[in-house]
Amino acid sequence: MKHLLDFQGWSKGSLENVLETAKVMSDVLDRPVKKVPALQGFTICNVFFENSTRTRLSFELAARRMSADVLTFTSATSSTTKGESLQDTISTLEQMRVDCFIVRHGASGAAHSVNKFTKAKVVNAGDGRRAHPTQALLDAFTLQQRFGSLEGLEIAIVGDVRHSRVARSNAELLPKLGAKVRLCAPATLLPRELEADGVTLTTNLKEAVSGAHAVMALRLQLERMNTGYLPSLEEYRATYQVNSKTMKHARENALIMHPGPMNRDLEIEGDLADHNKSVILEQVRNGVPVRMAVLYHLLVGKS
Amino acid sequence: MVALPKNGVIMKIEIKNAKLSDGSSQDVLIENGLIVAALSGAADVSIDGSRYLVTPALIDPHAHLRVPGQEEKETLETGLMAAVAGGYGSVVSMPNTSPAVDEPELVQKLIRDAEALGLARLFPSAALTRGREGKLLSDAAALKAAGAVMLTDDGGTNEDAGVLRRGLEYAHALGLVVSVHAEDASLRGDGVINEGHTSEHLGLPGNPVAAEAARIARDLEICALTGSRLHVQHLSSARGLALVREAKTRGLPVTCEVAPHHLTLTDTLFASERFYCDPVLKVAPPLRSQSDCLALLEGLRDGTVDCIGTDHAPHTTAEKQRDMLEAPFGIANIEITFPLLYTRFVETGKLELSKLLELMTSGATNMLGWTAPTLEIGSVADIAIFDLNTTKTVDSKTFKTKARFDSPWQGEALRGWAVCTIVRGKIAFDSR
Repeated sequence: MKHLLDFQGWSKGSLENVLETAKVMSDVLDRPVKKVPALQGFTICNVFFENSTRTRLSFELAARRMSADVLTFTSATSSTTKGESLQDTISTLEQMRVDCFIVRHGASGAAHSVNKFTKAKVVNAGDGRRAHPTQALLDAFTLQQRFGSLEGLEIAIVGDVRHSRVARSNAELLPKLGAKVRLCAPATLLPRELEADGVTLTTNLKEAVSGAHAVMALRLQLERMNTGYLPSLEEYRATYQVNSKTMKHARENALIMHPGPMNRDLEIEGDLADHNKSVILEQVRNGVPVRMAVLYHLLVGKS
Repeated sequence: MVALPKNGVIMKIEIKNAKLSDGSSQDVLIENGLIVAALSGAADVSIDGSRYLVTPALIDPHAHLRVPGQEEKETLETGLMAAVAGGYGSVVSMPNTSPAVDEPELVQKLIRDAEALGLARLFPSAALTRGREGKLLSDAAALKAAGAVMLTDDGGTNEDAGVLRRGLEYAHALGLVVSVHAEDASLRGDGVINEGHTSEHLGLPGNPVAAEAARIARDLEICALTGSRLHVQHLSSARGLALVREAKTRGLPVTCEVAPHHLTLTDTLFASERFYCDPVLKVAPPLRSQSDCLALLEGLRDGTVDCIGTDHAPHTTAEKQRDMLEAPFGIANIEITFPLLYTRFVETGKLELSKLLELMTSGATNMLGWTAPTLEIGSVADIAIFDLNTTKTVDSKTFKTKARFDSPWQGEALRGWAVCTIVRGKIAFDSR
């Protein structure tokens, strides 16, 4: 593949291959020497127009673990406010013989634009509210590690679905791998149009969580209160917080997930995040092997 | 390509066997800026009209020429050159410039500068409110005296209904039509494309049809209350159109226009390979659904729509290459509007040629309260000549407008290109 912008054009088989490779990479990271020469001589460039230390570090480490050279271009403000277009930025960086761009941007479609501007491979590290495919892959990997397969799993995703690229990417990926997704949010944050094969919507938290194999809470941006999407934090907490009471409706061994960073005791009960059913730190850990697998497939994969 | 005569040179032009929109043929003779029965001597220019469609020049009731203050996007020269290249002899310019056209001196200067170019005629609209802020009425009588033909805060949405009411009443007494960019700003929110399946899947802020429909409904009530002439600009949705249709059956003095992009493009293109989240399609009001396109076409046929306004909205390439959230709204289309609509609708039998021409000529003059243009003896010689047979593909790189960013119709094969545009009896554009 030329890119991972979203899961369009990625077959179930190829996605399973990536997850299989991620398993191999995960084993590598358990060794005392956590480095392989797979991408030696390749140059990977992080291009981040949005602050995201965690995702950037995860990608950086993934590239370094495979012996690639890593460049990082960050710009908190968009390049246009400096007068340089995204195309100019990418063309400039491409001259430094970059093999793969990893792009984070505040606007939907920016990773697609980068892909048009360059012959290099492109990985979308989050574009606006649209997609964050490696996050969804690491969520799928985490579920697979625990359940063996995603076939037949029921996953509840709870929170600000409207503004969440994590929710959109999971709603795209998990059904492809055989899981059912239930998106749950207050009506103002739950676009009806996201309903699809394998994706159902509900404003009722209990209904969303009932029988679920995993419950993922999404980060709530505090600015949603000022823009009229929600009446109050108190009401949100009382109605949509994922807590121990919520989890009683889920399956007994249901996992607790969160893409981070968490607002403890807002969208997720603080103690629940530390519960032994919580795989939140495992998600972070799995980010590295999954991103290694993605880079490996794009840069040295056969097809 | 014949050399363009210098301004002021009296020209005698004959168009032999001019083919008219009703299929008939006649000679059209032009002297001293008028259509005449006979020339006083030999013609300076003779055109074989049998190969072409000859019609009164097109009139655009809605274009952004960006002057004063945004000359990086368009100048009077490039904008009016693009107009004549599209077969337009007259253009109503929008006042959302920098500063806004809200003073008589600005109106006079626009007219003066445009006259000097000898291209399309420029009829400035002026701001309904000072600075287009929607608060205090501008000096409408003085603006009219200076030559403003319409009042509008286009781009701005007249959030204060009370101000719009007073503005309508005041303008109506002066015989000026007020036109509105009908979108409820709070329902529109930060929307950048139509709200629907595409916007939600792309995670782009949506602007619902309800924003347009609700605002049209409000403004129609004010129209009914005041009995004043109201013109709804660039109507984009089936629902908005239905409201205007119903108001017309009630006899309200309302007119409306539709832009070529709302007739031919849909929001689903944003999810297509070619236009994926591409701001070249970002326009306000946004592109809607296929059923909206079909409803607007029906509106052209049944007379609900009074005229085609291009809403030609030039921007620099760099601006349109920003991301979907930052790029400005607008599509540059004035030089391809006729070939686009001719090829898409007339050639396919969806619209009569005479109806399309009416929507692009007398539709605008009726809306403005003027007499309709004709090719009769004694009429002013504003004439467009179109080639209905030669196919040419759209290429924004060859546009006369400064806005040469990728056209949404780039590469589309069209017929009906203007080959010659005569304004005030002089050849303003000639590509023969």
